[in-house]
Amino acid sequence: MIRDQETLTALLDTLSRFVRERLVPAEPLVAETDEIPAEIVAEMRELGLFGLCIPEEFGGLGLTMEEEVLVAFEIARTSPAFRSLIGTNNGIGSQGLIVDGTPEQKAYYLPKLASGELIASFALTEPGSGSDAASLRTTARRDGDHYILNGTKRFITNAPEAGVYTVMARTNPEDKGAGGVTAFIVEKGTPGLSLGKIDKKMGQKGAHTSDVILEDCRVPAANIIGGKEGVGFKTAMKVLDKGRLHIAAICVGAAERMLDDALSYAMERRQFGKPIAEFQLIQAMLADSKAEIYAARSMILDAARRRDKGEKISTEASCCKLFASEMCGRVADRAVQIHGGAGYVSEYAIERFYRDVRLFRIYEGTTQIQQLVIARNMIRDAQG
Amino acid sequence: MKILVPVKRVVDYNVKVRVKADGTGVDIANVKMSMNPFDEIAVEEAVRLKEAGIATEVVAVSCGVAACQETIRAAMAIGADRGILVESDAELQPLAVAKLLKALCDKEQPTVVICGKQAIDDDSNQTGQMLAALMGWPQATFASKVLLADAGGQMRATVMREIDGGLETLEIKLPAVITTDLRLNEPRYATLPNIMKAKKKPLDTVKPADLGVDVAPRLATLKVAEPPKRSAGVRVADVAQLVDKLKNEAKVI
Ligand SMILES: Cc1cc2nc3c(=O)[nH]c(=O)nc-3n(C[C@H](O)[C@H](O)[C@H](O)COP(=O)(O)OP(=O)(O)OC[C@H]3O[C@@H](n4cnc5c(N)ncnc54)[C@H](O)[C@@H]3O)c2cc1C
Repeated sequence: MIRDQETLTALLDTLSRFVRERLVPAEPLVAETDEIPAEIVAEMRELGLFGLCIPEEFGGLGLTMEEEVLVAFEIARTSPAFRSLIGTNNGIGSQGLIVDGTPEQKAYYLPKLASGELIASFALTEPGSGSDAASLRTTARRDGDHYILNGTKRFITNAPEAGVYTVMARTNPEDKGAGGVTAFIVEKGTPGLSLGKIDKKMGQKGAHTSDVILEDCRVPAANIIGGKEGVGFKTAMKVLDKGRLHIAAICVGAAERMLDDALSYAMERRQFGKPIAEFQLIQAMLADSKAEIYAARSMILDAARRRDKGEKISTEASCCKLFASEMCGRVADRAVQIHGGAGYVSEYAIERFYRDVRLFRIYEGTTQIQQLVIARNMIRDAQG
Repeated sequence: MKILVPVKRVVDYNVKVRVKADGTGVDIANVKMSMNPFDEIAVEEAVRLKEAGIATEVVAVSCGVAACQETIRAAMAIGADRGILVESDAELQPLAVAKLLKALCDKEQPTVVICGKQAIDDDSNQTGQMLAALMGWPQATFASKVLLADAGGQMRATVMREIDGGLETLEIKLPAVITTDLRLNEPRYATLPNIMKAKKKPLDTVKPADLGVDVAPRLATLKVAEPPKRSAGVRVADVAQLVDKLKNEAKVI
């Protein structure tokens, strides 16, 4: 549901120029220092990138799903670390508040998230619960008009940068499943909240994750998202398909970039007296990658449009996340192969991208979890 | 103080331009179009003058096909307050554009017109100068620095210009026409919220006839051709051979 093609084109053009002129040249520096330079973060704020998916009334752009995936295609044509920094404010860090937050919570947090003044993290995963997120063990015990939180959250994106955390904790010890879980807004600096060491990741240098540790952390009851106990998972589920389509679109942008790099290399590099791009076995890798990227792009746009029309697209969103992230892995592998030895050394961006994109098959639901969701939905639908 | 900024829709500077097979012009079908980069610098300068509290209003003007609206919106996303499109499907040559701009200057009474020194499509470098002549206003072309100040009730512009071999500083009375060179400023990226807001800013459309201007071309294009292909270079053994070739083969020294 593109609201206005002309404005959207202007927006995408500006973004693609920013990516090309500012972000791509900074990639090696970000990888080397494991940090996005402060002036680039400031420019990303200025440009409005933190508020893409926050409603206009709260200072964001209020992009529709279709607009959001088109933006994601563009922003993903550079190191995923840049996207990761804005990912939580546009995704799960804000969407829970948007769909279920109280008017006061929205009015207080959303403008700060849209401007990027505040960075939000979403803390669900724990050392003992990943794919089986509903089994989480972090507890929240009521104490007057406060709750006392205890537990450890693992691999939390932007935890070191965040000013506010959405923490999923069990308020009902009797209910061991999703129904016992509540979403809390916990501000940085709350006594009892601390962070672990920054994780040493395989890739995506410049994007940070760490443990978020809660030790008798007192949080006001007013900080429950939506003000109601036991609906934390329902809230998260409402925005799950949005996050999956977003990551799928990021996979497409990254794959397009890797294929562009591989194509330029293949046209330049000469062996046996001609550019390697003229060898049919190289061409097969280029063509397969192109076709798969096109397929992913098409299915993502279709699912996004249908979501904008109000259709239920849980199955389609999982299909997109599954296909696009696996496709991205295959394209990364072929792109390294096309580069030969040069693809294995860090002079070429592909060595870094190969490691960076590995994550896409793991978070926001692993490939196996997407397969389970798709098949489960198929069986349920067939049972009528 | 009102500033008028003419902006031209041209083939994007990243596009490799192709000449039409029949040699009548360049092919712009399905080609990405953008604001002329020198005009972007002009808009940026005008918006900075507004942000500095010197100008009060920035009006972006474009002459050409209906799609020039996009160029005006781009200027508004950078910070222009409103836009005027002089809509015409005719081929508009520099003199016609200068006349259209004169008619708009008579109506709008800007204190300064800031325009690009040339457009990257035809590289004419004429419109600003022609407009100054038609208005009888002073002009400062190829500006690399612009200062506007009130000197005893008379607004003046101090303009540093890039000329062969150095910089020249001019002082001119306003109203005047200033044309921008590459180093005047570095245009900002329009922010995404401002791109959305630009859609809501006022944009008027007029026709050349409404302004009483005859835009009929005065020049006829005979032929457009690609520049000759660069032929392969040769490797020389030493400086002596290089000098010999430059002298006797290329005959350039
Ligand atoms: C860089 C990074 C950033 C992250 N950011 C965040 C964040 O911001 N917030 C957050 O809450 N979490 C975050 N995560 C956590 C991420 O969501 C989890 O790692 C992911 O859900 C997988 O959980 P796990 O690591 O515990 O793996 P496990 O669940 O232990 O899975 C291990 C393997 O078993 C498979 N498996 C599990 N269950 C089944 C099954 N039923 N059938 C078949 N196969 C199965 C999985 O597919 C996988 O291959 C992040 C992780 C990383 C690495």
